[in-house]
Amino acid sequence: MTPSLILRCIVSFLVSVCSYHTGSPLQSEPSITPDAGLQPSAAPFWRDPAKRAIVFQVAALLLVASVCYYLFTNTQANLERQSIATGFGFLETEAGFEIGEAMVDYSAADSYADALLVGALNTIKVSFIGVILTVILGTFIGIARLSSNWLVARLAAGYIEVMQNIPVLLQLFFWYAIFYETFPSPRQALNPFNGVFLCNRGLIFAVPEAHAAHTAMGWVLLIALVAGWGLNRWGRRRQALTGQIFPIIRVTLALCLGLPLLTWLFYGAPTAMNVPELQSFNFKGGITISPEFSALLLGLVFYTAAFVAEIVRAGIQSVSRGQIEAAMSVGLRPGQVLHLVIFPQALRVIIPPLTSQLLNLTKNSSLAIAIGYADFVAVTNTTINQTGQAIEGVALIMLVYLSFSLSTSLFMNIYNKKMVLVER
Amino acid sequence: MKLSRLTVMVTILSLLAAGIAFAGKDLDAVKKKGFIQAGVNGNVFGFGMPDNKGVWKGLDVDTARAVAVAIFGDASKVKFTPLTAQQRFTALQSGEIDLLTRNATRTLSRETKLGLNFVTVNYYDGQGFMVPKKLGVKSAKDLSGATICVLPGTTTEQNAADFFRTNKMDWTPVVIESTSELAQTFFAGRCDVLTSDASQLAGTRAIAPNPKDYVVLPEIISKEPLAPAVRHGDDQWRDIVDFAVLAMINAEEMGITSQNVDKMLKSKDPMVQRFLGVIEGNGKALGLDEKWAYNIIKQVGNYGEIFERNVGVNTTLGIERGLNALWTNGGLMYSPPFK
Repeated sequence: MTPSLILRCIVSFLVSVCSYHTGSPLQSEPSITPDAGLQPSAAPFWRDPAKRAIVFQVAALLLVASVCYYLFTNTQANLERQSIATGFGFLETEAGFEIGEAMVDYSAADSYADALLVGALNTIKVSFIGVILTVILGTFIGIARLSSNWLVARLAAGYIEVMQNIPVLLQLFFWYAIFYETFPSPRQALNPFNGVFLCNRGLIFAVPEAHAAHTAMGWVLLIALVAGWGLNRWGRRRQALTGQIFPIIRVTLALCLGLPLLTWLFYGAPTAMNVPELQSFNFKGGITISPEFSALLLGLVFYTAAFVAEIVRAGIQSVSRGQIEAAMSVGLRPGQVLHLVIFPQALRVIIPPLTSQLLNLTKNSSLAIAIGYADFVAVTNTTINQTGQAIEGVALIMLVYLSFSLSTSLFMNIYNKKMVLVER
Repeated sequence: MKLSRLTVMVTILSLLAAGIAFAGKDLDAVKKKGFIQAGVNGNVFGFGMPDNKGVWKGLDVDTARAVAVAIFGDASKVKFTPLTAQQRFTALQSGEIDLLTRNATRTLSRETKLGLNFVTVNYYDGQGFMVPKKLGVKSAKDLSGATICVLPGTTTEQNAADFFRTNKMDWTPVVIESTSELAQTFFAGRCDVLTSDASQLAGTRAIAPNPKDYVVLPEIISKEPLAPAVRHGDDQWRDIVDFAVLAMINAEEMGITSQNVDKMLKSKDPMVQRFLGVIEGNGKALGLDEKWAYNIIKQVGNYGEIFERNVGVNTTLGIERGLNALWTNGGLMYSPPFK
């Protein structure tokens, strides 16, 4: 059986199975005549539609399974013929290459599995921050596009047109070139504030030295956020009952700033800082935000925000004008109109296409290899090159991006379900 | 309506299925096609780069042309595919190219895990470091803490990691896939050091905006024997590629050049006669025309000629023969007898 013949068989079976459900005559309904007690005799096996459907579906399944088996064994045979290594054993061997920026400790002596983990964390870092910034910027520009101020609306429209139509890779190159061409070398780094340096190696700034107070402050912040969420629920219930508005934003802000501050004072106000210093080639110490990360983040955010802006505009325009006029006639301010009336209805239209754009952002982050950011695809490419196991490497890439995308869309779909308007 | 849609779908799927048919033996596939598909660099001056008229020039390009001449008698029967360091081996493994002449280092893992066969080395190289003169660095041992530009998927990446680990220095890599983009980043100052094979450093410096501002440090930290590669599985194809390269080296050993090869046809030396096909036998053993070696020398040249033409002292690269001289001149180029 040649591959083309197999494919033709699958296609014809699937077409017959799919088209089956649109045209089956109602053979098994009893006739509505005076002597309706008579049932028609049971159809023989090959004329019974339900049984036929089962047979065809089993046959289609067997065919698909045999094609998959053929592909798998063919690949195995070819890999063996060319004596290319197979299997995932390479994950435990030594990697032998360094990675530019890593969120966990990593050196060339660690295994390939560690290197891939570093790459995955880098991808998550840029995707997570990128998603948050894109949503904020895109919403802002989408609203600006609908502004009654002519200049603001034109500027937003111009931004959207320009950013949507330039390919994202070019935008990444542009941002990266700006960073390494315009900023000076470390020996002539800009020093706007004490402990902050800006050069073509990145933005390097001082951070507090690691101290037990910081873990405590982290936990306290988490408690403050949970308390804020609880207060929000209580405040809304109180507003429904008595009409009094609870200043939830101010209170939550006070909690999130005040409680960690108190914890810090409690631990004796530690002020030791990890200040960066210029050594022969680079700065040592402090935190560095590399130009690769910044270029990738800015390029992706500005590009995707243009698309998100159009989606937000579509959502807002989907709310009928009568709603806005009614809200304003009740006495709500424009900010409240947006927050209380427009967005809850607009979000139903915005969330599904927004999910697609956020998934696009995650996948576009794989262009990092062109500008030197060590994301998952870049690290896996190097691994494939050194071990020769292209199939396992690409399977890993597909698996990782699939899990990122599925979890993003799962979260967004849950949010979407909550936003669905309950019709009376 | 449904039937025509089905026909269209089936046609498209059949075409796709036909496209993934496997080539048989590599040599048969090449002969049937009528040309060789060779993978080259595309970005390294002197080894594989098109000139400003779009004609491919370089040491690796000439090697691929020699193989084409051996099989077809015509140096133009070869098409070039530029590949990045990350794509080169997958392209060869998958069958996209027949021959890889892309300054690839022969290593144990590449020969075994990747399922490739490397033939005779056509350039002995080593890894070096290039720094701007204004940094004032005199030796590679002073590079602790430096930011280093490196290509991904190369032995360069691993050798640099090993060198810095052995000497207990730390470093930050900047890893960019495209050779030209990497060079741009280095010249703009994003990284302090560019590391690559010494020949590539010379080639990169030759196209720098101001070549006099850069210096290659004296330390050569690795052995990089660069050789053409073919896939496992076709021994005859491998022998042809191997002896095409060796023919050029052997010709230089015998003193045969593209200028005097016609005169050498009349030589009375039996070794020369066997080599040039006057005494028949070699061509038949390889499955080629008996004048295959004569054609190579006439149309492409001997090893010394292609070296001097592409990377020699009279070119902008200005590389001395060094390890690439004949074994009789203190180098490593040595050919087995052609009989």
